[in-house]
Amino acid sequence: MATFLLKRLGLMVLTLWILSLIVFFAGQILPGDPGRATLGPLAAQSAVQALDAQLGVNRPLITRYLSWIGGLLHGNMGTSYSYRTAVEPFIRAALFNSLKLAVLAFVIVVPLGIIGGVIAALYAGRSTDRIISVTGLSLSTVPEFVSGIVLIVVFGVELKWLPVTASAGAGASPLEQLKHLILPAIPLVFVLFGYIARMARAGTIEALNSDYTRTAVLKGLPQATVIRRHVLRNSLLPTITVIATQTGYLIGGLVVVETLFNYQGLGNLIYKAAVNKDFPMLEAGVLVIGVVYVLATLVADLLITLLNPRLRIGGSQ
Amino acid sequence: MSGSVSPPAEPGVPSPSGPVAPLDRTGGYLGPTGQAAVTAASRAAPARWRLLLRKPTFFVGAVILLFWVVCAIFGHLIAPYNPLAQNLLFNNTPPSGAHWFGTDPLGRDVLSRVIVGARDILIITPLATILGTILGTALGLAMGYLGGAFDLVVGRIVEAILALPFVIIAFLFVVALGPTVTTITVIIGLVFTPLIARTVRAAVQVERSQDYVPSARLLGENAARVMFGEILPNVMPAIVVEFTVRLGYAVFAVATLSFLGFGIQPPTPDWGADISANYIGLISGYWWQTLFPALAIASLVTAVIFIADSIEQVLAA
Repeated sequence: MATFLLKRLGLMVLTLWILSLIVFFAGQILPGDPGRATLGPLAAQSAVQALDAQLGVNRPLITRYLSWIGGLLHGNMGTSYSYRTAVEPFIRAALFNSLKLAVLAFVIVVPLGIIGGVIAALYAGRSTDRIISVTGLSLSTVPEFVSGIVLIVVFGVELKWLPVTASAGAGASPLEQLKHLILPAIPLVFVLFGYIARMARAGTIEALNSDYTRTAVLKGLPQATVIRRHVLRNSLLPTITVIATQTGYLIGGLVVVETLFNYQGLGNLIYKAAVNKDFPMLEAGVLVIGVVYVLATLVADLLITLLNPRLRIGGSQ
Repeated sequence: MSGSVSPPAEPGVPSPSGPVAPLDRTGGYLGPTGQAAVTAASRAAPARWRLLLRKPTFFVGAVILLFWVVCAIFGHLIAPYNPLAQNLLFNNTPPSGAHWFGTDPLGRDVLSRVIVGARDILIITPLATILGTILGTALGLAMGYLGGAFDLVVGRIVEAILALPFVIIAFLFVVALGPTVTTITVIIGLVFTPLIARTVRAAVQVERSQDYVPSARLLGENAARVMFGEILPNVMPAIVVEFTVRLGYAVFAVATLSFLGFGIQPPTPDWGADISANYIGLISGYWWQTLFPALAIASLVTAVIFIADSIEQVLAA
């Protein structure tokens, strides 16, 4: 167990380091001069150079990477080019907003996806299964803004059931905030449903075909008991991994939903930072998504180890 | 072991594992390869074609796809109006006999823009998917067959890339290199490479334990010959399925980039860009300007997924 944990942590640090390299150098190949981008085309060249020096963008690449990563390790995410203040409060507020939306989407999609997948597995190969599987796959490939538009037209514009903007405004009650977040959450639910249902289905089919399920059926247990106590316990393990890894997607994939519904989340923040060539904001935002993803994967690995005694005792796979 | 932390599904892009896709611990999917490789080899191609044509989902998908291909090629001849012709006297008019899909804020005919808008997306998506499949297959074969340090190092890099939602990586690079048809194609192809590589790697690892691989090596075949001459034909069904599913996600990616303003640029007719330009009008009730392009994207994606699913069903049968 201890070696397993250490190995996981080591791999996690390695992944994060590679990620930081990718993010940093991807940010550096963006063309354009940050000083010029901030001050506009009419500013004097000397002013642009002075700002570049102040921002430190005229230093060699390696020096900039080292000072950036050094700052990050001390909890300093850098200074935004656009706002000229620390990046961190922006990231923190945006992350909080995105998490609200993501949690809502998860609360809706996880039970739906698992139920859908288990039903599909119980009817494997029949039309119920085909309908759930193909619908799930189709929904997960339809871009969020497409389903978002259809939802806005139907529920926002025609039926007027739900508000079409995600932000309820300052001081709104939690219930009012929730009402504003339902419409933006549904496109995310659509994309995630297919994944979760597919994994739940695959896991359930595997468990249904196992020896222990056959034994349970043969010793005369009622079907409901077999499914609840023997099938589900085993089939949901892989699904946990899928759910955890989707956190990364959710927070990043929010770019589109947050833009469409004009919501001040992490996706929207990164999008605007890319448009404005605000590298420190962009790099910090993208890295935060990576960290959330890696942490979620780690949590999933730990959960599976805890829930599956075979892995705990064996200590390795 | 390198992929052992990796998830069964990647962020942003649902994993291509079909309805019956047992998870493997390497994070890829075993997919239909195991069974399909054997049956596919033994069944003659014409028989498989007949099976495919008898599937209603394949038929529906093929008809819709064909419709859009015709629009892409002959769009300018079919479209009732010039998609670029502005008529400010008749802007924002709702659907009518003269303009079936209404007009946009510049008085352009929405139906004509939807028809002609099929062109760029139908050029970019297949090319990008072919590029990603070729590169991903080569990389996946090398990772799965060579294993060892190569697999470990490349596996870590793939893992780090997959930690980021692919839309974010794509738009980082499109911002850097400029949104031309060529750059969008190449970038989506490169973003798909690690995703496809992971699937191929998992399939190759299954094949590697088959008797024919050591036999080929004992006969003195070199690594390249074993990979491309022996293993590749056997993992081909998995690659075909992966290709068709990725085609669906390429539509997702191109449309999303356009929506975010990093894809096809206005005034060229494009579904994603038109939605992006007009969704503000939803609040004023001009739903036809965004709903019809949105339905066009949804229908194209669904058609590709129907075809992908039918092919997978036939190969696994």
